[in-house]
Amino acid sequence: MTPSTTEPRGLRWLLILLAALLLGVFLLLPLAAVFTEALRRGWPPMWQALSDPDALAAIRLTLLVAAIAVPVNTLGGLAGAWCIARYRFPGRALLLALIELPFSVSPVVSGLVWVLLFGAHGWFGPWLEARGLQIIFAVPGLVLATLFVTFPFVARTLVPLMQEQGREAEEAAATLGASGWQSFRRVTLPGIRWALLSGVLLCNARAMGEFGAVSVVSGHIRGETNTMPLHVEILYNEYQFVGAFAVAALLALLALVTLGAKALVERGTARGAAA
Amino acid sequence: MSVAVRGLTRRFGPTAALRDIALETRPGEFVALLGPSGSGKTTLLRILAGLDFADSGTVEIEGQDMSAVPARARRLGFVFQNYALFRHMSVFENVAFGLRVRPRAARPGEAEIGRRVRALLERMQIGALERRMPEQISGGQRQRVALARALAIEPRLLLLDEPFGALDAEVRKGLRRWLRDLHTEMGLTSLFVTHDQEEALELADRVAVMEAGRLVQIDTPERLVEAPATAFVAGFLGHAARLPGRLAEGALHFGGVPLPPLPRAALRAAPAQDGPVLAFIRAHEWAVAPAPEGEANATLRSQRPAGGHAHVELDLAGHVIEAEAPLGLLRVGQPCRLVPQTARAFAA
Repeated sequence: MTPSTTEPRGLRWLLILLAALLLGVFLLLPLAAVFTEALRRGWPPMWQALSDPDALAAIRLTLLVAAIAVPVNTLGGLAGAWCIARYRFPGRALLLALIELPFSVSPVVSGLVWVLLFGAHGWFGPWLEARGLQIIFAVPGLVLATLFVTFPFVARTLVPLMQEQGREAEEAAATLGASGWQSFRRVTLPGIRWALLSGVLLCNARAMGEFGAVSVVSGHIRGETNTMPLHVEILYNEYQFVGAFAVAALLALLALVTLGAKALVERGTARGAAA
Repeated sequence: MSVAVRGLTRRFGPTAALRDIALETRPGEFVALLGPSGSGKTTLLRILAGLDFADSGTVEIEGQDMSAVPARARRLGFVFQNYALFRHMSVFENVAFGLRVRPRAARPGEAEIGRRVRALLERMQIGALERRMPEQISGGQRQRVALARALAIEPRLLLLDEPFGALDAEVRKGLRRWLRDLHTEMGLTSLFVTHDQEEALELADRVAVMEAGRLVQIDTPERLVEAPATAFVAGFLGHAARLPGRLAEGALHFGGVPLPPLPRAALRAAPAQDGPVLAFIRAHEWAVAPAPEGEANATLRSQRPAGGHAHVELDLAGHVIEAEAPLGLLRVGQPCRLVPQTARAFAA
């Protein structure tokens, strides 16, 4: 390294300090605040808040929604990424843009579209009502909104990787007699497994944490259509700070676990690439 | 195995990658598809393998029409230019892949797979590498793994796309001879794509020369060099000097260039009618001798020893001519007389 490319010692420390300060104020401080507030009166009140029937229902619902949305979007994302990375067809660029649409649309809009389609006054509302089917202000609405919001994660992680890998390995598998499924399971999937897992975990984190879109379609029926983020809001608005922060802490913990798993996966990727 | 291609055409958008290709190979033959990049040779190979599809025309292998047969059912060995090894599998698993994906009834047992893979790896002289991953072996070794993987399914026909393209010159030479021997010993029928004329001439029984999507000539190396069908083939093969001239009354004239007209007998190929021509003359087809100022038509630019003679470069009215001369006969800068002994000419 030549002196001209090295910053003066003082400036270097200043920059590091600035970065650490920003990191602390914007990331660590809020996280610490959530856990501190949750534990302000010790463990028993927090435990009580979490074992409240409404809180338990919210936790169950969040897990259910994620358990549906994540697998569906994993398959959908895989299929989308496959089409975009492997084939050239008219409308390919449009499909790529559509996949990213949920990222650019406000979550409120992502919720409203479903109300517009399936709500009581929506396009298909009367038809559904006549058959006794409820989507808005019920679990199916929550699942739909979550599906929409979390669709891009898997596809967006896979497209660049699959484009870079190209299709030669799959063509080689075909000339060796492999069927489409054999080629996918033995050649394609092992090549993208770490990226896929990383996309799935991100998708999961968002599915559990989504607030805006879900809020629009939920109807906020306690014990029935409240997911964890919605439950946090309700408790907070009712000045039940311990309860609100307890559920928030659990949510944050789930997110941390997911990110931890993702970091492990990425270490796996690095090792896989080095091997 | 015999391959018959008829009237094959392939377009990519407005450009034709292949135009009306006809090609037949005989069992046991080693055929090269030779041409500059973009001439359509890889596209042809991919269509044979079922990895790409023709817009019109037919491909028959052993008399069977292939148009409805998918790549996986063709049982052809394909070696990709960059090998396309499965990166997450060991060398052993790469080679075993074609056996493992067979339907249960046709799949050999684990012991039989092991025996066959090891036998192939031994034959490829890479028996010690079976546990390595593709990133851990050299380019030449990867090439052998790719070949072993393709041969594991006992293919009817072996297709190789630029098999030596990614290797350095030293490794390339050794592998070339080895591949030729392997082809003969295993009784294979092989087709390989190359842009390197030396490679094609050294390895192949017959060479198909491609230019801009057309197959311009398919012949033995000797015939290609001695009797090129077009100016493109003559220019692409055999390091010939390319000289514009004129055919008049059965003899070749070089207008403006003080070069003696060439008698009809020395013309290997020439258009039927008189007119402007492009003549191709190779280094060994020139006679060079020192000459006094009045008779000289060229000047010696440089010379270097090559085997028992000198490889010389002469300036002939602006054209650089390569020729052979006895060692020590000429000096650089010396006026010489160049007389062509043989030439091929094509209407320009």
